[in-house]
Amino acid sequence: MANKLINQLGLPKSIANIFAARNIITAKALLLMEQRVRNESLAGHLPTRLKGLDEALCGGIPFGVLTELVGPPGIGKTQFCLKLSLLASLPVNCGGLEGRVIYIDVESKFSSKRLIEIGTKSFPEIFHKKGMAQEMAGRIMILRPTSLSEFAESLHRIKVSLLQQQVKLLIIDSMAALVLGEHDSGASRQQALGWHVSFIKSLAEFSRIPIVLTNQVRSQIGDESLMYSFQARSHSTKEDTPVTFDSHLVAALGINWAHAVTIRLVLESKSGQRFIKLAKSPISPPLAFPFNITASGIVLLDDNGIEMKGPEINNIHCQGQNALSNYERVRHQL
Amino acid sequence: MEIGMLPISASKRGKLLAAGYTTLHSIATTSITHLATDIEVSESEALEILNFATRNSALERSSGSNTNVIQGGQTAWDMLNEERFSSSITTSCADLDNILGGGINCKEVTEIGGVPGIGKTQIGIQLAVNVQIPLDYGGLGGKAIYIDTEGSFMVERVLQIAEACIEDMSEYSHHFHKDNQAYGVKMHPNSILENIFYFRVCSYTEQIALVNYLDKFVTEHKDVKIIIIDSVTFHFRQDFEDMALRTRLLGEMSLKLMKLAKNFSLAVVMLNQVTTKHVEGSFQLTLALGDSWSHSCTNRIILYWNGDERHAYIDKSPSLKSASAPYSVTSRGIRNSTSSSKRIKMV
Repeated sequence: MANKLINQLGLPKSIANIFAARNIITAKALLLMEQRVRNESLAGHLPTRLKGLDEALCGGIPFGVLTELVGPPGIGKTQFCLKLSLLASLPVNCGGLEGRVIYIDVESKFSSKRLIEIGTKSFPEIFHKKGMAQEMAGRIMILRPTSLSEFAESLHRIKVSLLQQQVKLLIIDSMAALVLGEHDSGASRQQALGWHVSFIKSLAEFSRIPIVLTNQVRSQIGDESLMYSFQARSHSTKEDTPVTFDSHLVAALGINWAHAVTIRLVLESKSGQRFIKLAKSPISPPLAFPFNITASGIVLLDDNGIEMKGPEINNIHCQGQNALSNYERVRHQL
Repeated sequence: MEIGMLPISASKRGKLLAAGYTTLHSIATTSITHLATDIEVSESEALEILNFATRNSALERSSGSNTNVIQGGQTAWDMLNEERFSSSITTSCADLDNILGGGINCKEVTEIGGVPGIGKTQIGIQLAVNVQIPLDYGGLGGKAIYIDTEGSFMVERVLQIAEACIEDMSEYSHHFHKDNQAYGVKMHPNSILENIFYFRVCSYTEQIALVNYLDKFVTEHKDVKIIIIDSVTFHFRQDFEDMALRTRLLGEMSLKLMKLAKNFSLAVVMLNQVTTKHVEGSFQLTLALGDSWSHSCTNRIILYWNGDERHAYIDKSPSLKSASAPYSVTSRGIRNSTSSSKRIKMV
């Protein structure tokens, strides 16, 4: 069976060039896997050190795709991102990627004090060595773009170092703040978002690094979830469900965005207990893990996870709100 | 020259040669209107010449029926006989296979759409594995082309599904070939991966270039029996200003895919995303890419949540009844839903 190079197949030059530029030399899935296992550190996943989550994700946050963290304010998204940036800067023999991290901090939430605290509490043996803290924190680069265009510009600039394999993780905290502050109307916002999503995705693909983005939530009035036309027909005949007007939370940025991310982790709070849920993942079952935030970052309370049935896993709860805001105040006193 | 064999006047012969028709084959494969305009004769005269050419040419009409006049056509009877033997690819979910009439049909373009997380990529991967089930086990023993536009093709998952498929086949052979010890399943998960041709495209131009290239690729790899595009929507949804251009490009692409399906007797599966549209005062979910796109596929399946269960609904099909069936996504891939509630629902 011919596994020919594309340039030997006698394609018209324009098409062959496109393929060559995209590095589509051969096209077999097995080759892909072998290549990735051979070349990529940790077989293409960044372990989060949360045992249950890593198992469900076949190793950790996957390379080359977009992973989204969505949840109400104060739930722990930035904490998760801080931990991840630390993990990526760890030396390889400690399970890290020993690379630089680019942290796009839109809302100025990055706290280096908290970063060092997480580091010293989680990896005391590394951080108490002289100069290690400085070296690792020195690998994390914080950018603070104030608009989408500035953001795109900075990405273009770091594209080179991304492609040269020096940067091992890109975190965008938060994508929603970047987009929602920009345009008013829906259409131009969707278009701007669309372009940036494509760009970030191809960046992920070319550089084969994990890209983690955080997203906000917004409320939606009415409990009627969207249906298709064929569903609406059969549903309208049943009048037994009373129509309520409670508002509930949904992820911001729309359904187009929901399609574009590959992995969606929903963080929520239900009856005072926080959960991290694998709402969308091609490689994982729909599991929810209870977690807490401690001095050493996020810890799972149960590595087994609760399997959730149905679309419930996509819902975002924010109950026990007072407990969350209390925690925020305590945390900021550090 | 062969033209000399035609019983037509010398002037007509001269016109044919001047217009570039040097062999009977070239006349036989052209259409009446083209011939008429090229040599400036009336259509009835062109028809006459065409008939002479096809009668005398060395071209043998394969169906042997009266298709001399309309080139490339086929009677419905011939099509019926073909359809009887046309194959389908199982989805590994018996309920789903039932409403599909056996599975995803070859020679047809099937569109599958749904909300994020409903299982589109899972079905795509399952089909890419199932097309390889050997003939002895009721499969097609073919290969798959997987065109990934979003990067959702994760090899770890394909390995999981491939292993589960091989285990199921072993169990099947265990049941039915208990005496025949030598009837072991000789497939290895790596060989399943090897038979999936994976292409990653990063822009709509690449997507179109690839679809154009597929004709050549499939000619060289005749055992490809399914082409999966996951998803056909993504690059056409981001940042497309000229909607008219988009409609044209999509239309061309779908025609090419349909042609591929028919010519090479393979199945084309396109995965689509959803969007909301405003209908009769409320928002409804619908598949993306617009109304004109909804005509481009032969069959259209919508995956949706019905309570806590995943269901598939046949939204459009020339031959299948509108029905919905439950399915589930497990660690082994797509399987029957395990709930004990009512099965297939006719709508």
